[in-house]
Amino acid sequence: MDKIERRQFIKLGLVSAAGVICGSFFAFADSDEKIDFTSGDDLKKFTWGFIVDTTRCIGCGACVRACKIENHVPDTFFRTWVERYEFDKHEKIRVDSPNGAIESFKENNFDESEIVKAFFVPKLCNHCLNSACTQVCPVGASYESPDNVVLIDQERCVGCGYCVQACPYSCRYIDHNKGVADKCTLCYHRIHKGEAPACVNACPRNARMFGNLQDPNSKIRKIMQQRRYGVLKPDLGTNPKCYYIGLDKEVK
Amino acid sequence: METDFVFPNELHVTWTVMIVLYPYITGMVAGAFIVSSFYHVFGMEKLKPIARFALVSSLAFLCFATVPLLNHLGSPQRAFNIMITPNFNSAMSGFGFVYMFYMVIVVLEIWFSYREDMINKYLQSHGIARLIYKVLILGNTNVNEKTRNFDKKLVIFLAGFGIPVACILHGYVGFLFGSIKANLWWSTPLMFIIFIFSAIVSGLAVLIFLYQLIHWVRKKEINQECYHLMAKWLWGFMIIAVILEMMEVLSIAYERTERWAVLEHLISGKLKFSYIYMQILVFSIGPFILLTITSIFKFNYKLKNILIWISSVMLLIQVLLMRWNVVIGGQLVSKSMRGFTEYFPGYFDKEGLIVSFVIVIIPFILLRLFDSIFPFFHKKKIKRILFSEYE
Repeated sequence: MDKIERRQFIKLGLVSAAGVICGSFFAFADSDEKIDFTSGDDLKKFTWGFIVDTTRCIGCGACVRACKIENHVPDTFFRTWVERYEFDKHEKIRVDSPNGAIESFKENNFDESEIVKAFFVPKLCNHCLNSACTQVCPVGASYESPDNVVLIDQERCVGCGYCVQACPYSCRYIDHNKGVADKCTLCYHRIHKGEAPACVNACPRNARMFGNLQDPNSKIRKIMQQRRYGVLKPDLGTNPKCYYIGLDKEVK
Repeated sequence: METDFVFPNELHVTWTVMIVLYPYITGMVAGAFIVSSFYHVFGMEKLKPIARFALVSSLAFLCFATVPLLNHLGSPQRAFNIMITPNFNSAMSGFGFVYMFYMVIVVLEIWFSYREDMINKYLQSHGIARLIYKVLILGNTNVNEKTRNFDKKLVIFLAGFGIPVACILHGYVGFLFGSIKANLWWSTPLMFIIFIFSAIVSGLAVLIFLYQLIHWVRKKEINQECYHLMAKWLWGFMIIAVILEMMEVLSIAYERTERWAVLEHLISGKLKFSYIYMQILVFSIGPFILLTITSIFKFNYKLKNILIWISSVMLLIQVLLMRWNVVIGGQLVSKSMRGFTEYFPGYFDKEGLIVSFVIVIIPFILLRLFDSIFPFFHKKKIKRILFSEYE
C-alpha cells in the first residue's frame, strides 16, 4: 500500500511539474499588451519598442537559436546576435560573437584571472523612428508599418543592397536564396497574435523586453521610467527604438 | 583599435566587384561625352578629330553600364521597379530616369551628327545593309544646307544640355556613396565632386588609349595637335582629381576624430597595397610625371606619343583602383568600428573576376561594331590634316 502511495505521489508530482512548465510556456509566451484590432487604424495605437537589459544577459544564445528557428534565418546571417565584451587588467578589450553566439560562448578570450569586467550585449534591428534603411530603398520595399516596425516587402525588393549599406548597425543582409534583403521583423507575425517575439520568449533572464511605447502603463514604459538607458550610435540621428540598459561606451 | 571584431552580418561584403565596375564604366561614359562637348559646345577645333569618336564611345559604354548592376541585383527580374514604384526619398530612385534621359540625349546627338554620313552609306549600300541604314535614317534622305545647319544647331544644343546631365549621371553615383552616413570611408560631401573629376580623367584616358591604339593597328598617322591637347587636358584633370582625393583624406586625418582612428588602420592595413602603393604611388604619381614631361618639354613626337599612351593606360588602371578602393574599401570597415572584414571576388563566381573582365571588354567589342556603322575617323580627312601639317 505504501509503495503504491509513493508511486502515486511521484506521478502526481511529475504531472503537476510538467503542467506548470507547459502552462508557463503559454503564460509567458504572450506579450503584456492587449491586442484588439478591428481596423488598420488600430495599428496606430501601437509604437513597438524594445528594451535590452545588458546587465541581465548571460550570453546563452537561446534568443539567437529561437530567432533562427522561428524565422528560418539562413546560415551565417543573423537577425539577432549576442556580443561579448571582456576587459582585462590592462584595460585591453576583446569583443567577439562567434557565429552570432548561436552556440553561446565556449572559451574566454583572456585568462580568467586577467578578466576584470565582462558583459554580453544582445543586438537586433533598432526599428529606428528615422531609419536610414527605409530612406534609401529605391523601390519603397523597405517601409515603416503604422505601428512603427521597420519591415521589408519581399515581393517588391530588388535586392540592390543599398539598405544593407545604409543600416549603421549591420542588422540587414541579403538572403541569397530569395534574392532579397532580410532583417528582424520583431516577429510581426507573432506580436499581432498577442505573442512576444521569439527572442523575448526564449530569454531565460528577461534581458529582452518588448511592448507598446504609447501606453504609459506598459511594462517597458515603466522600466524606462525607472532605469537609465541609452541607444546605439545616437549621433547618426536614426532615433532607435531599441533601448539598452547598462550600455557601455565601448558598445557601438 | 584593440580588437578585430566585425558584426556577424559583415562577414559578407554586400557590394561586390560588380559595383566597382559600374562607376568605372559610367565614368568613362560621362568623361567621353564631356570631351566630345569640348568641341561641339566650346568650339575647340583641335579636338574635332575625336569629337564623334568620343560620342560613340560614350554610347558603347553606356549600353553596358547597367550589365554589372543587373548581374549584381538579387532580383534582376524586378529591376524596372526602380521606375515603376520609385521611392523619391532614396538617392538611388532617380537612377533609372537619369540614365534613360542621358541615353536619349546621347542617341539623339549621335543620330544628328551622323545623319548625313548614314544617308550617304544608305545610297551606296545594297541588300541588308541598305535596309539597316534605311531604318537608321528613318527613311529620310533629305540633305541640304538648311538640314545641315539644323542638325548642327541641334548637336550643339544636345551637347551643351548633355554636360550637366553627364555630370549628374556620374556625380550622382558619387552621391550614392557619399550620402551613406553609416559608412566612415564613403560619407563625405566631396565624394560626388571627386567622382565627376575622376570620370573626366577616365573618359580622356580611354579616348587617348583607343585613339592611339586604333591608329597603330590601322597603321595611320594620328592628329598630333588633337592628341597632345587631350594629353594636356588629361594632365590637368588628373591633378585636380588626385589632389581632391588627397585633400579629403588629409582633412579627415587632420580632424583626428574617431573616424580617423578607424580609417588610418584601413589605409595602412587592408588598403596599403591597393591604395597607397598602387593607386597613389605607382598609378597617380607615375602618369603625373610622364604627363608633366610630355606637356612641358619638346621632344621627338613618336616618343611623346608612346609616353602619353602609357600614362593613359596607367590612369585607366588608376581610376579602376580608385573605384575598388572606394567601393570595396568602405565595406571592409566594420560598423562596429573595431575591425575589418575580408573580400576576394573569386575567379569563376557569378560576380567574380572572369565575369568582370568580360563585362569590361564587351563595350570595346561593341565599339568596334559601331565603327562599321558610324565610322569614327574619315580616312580622307586624316590624310588632309596630315598634309596640311607637313606641307
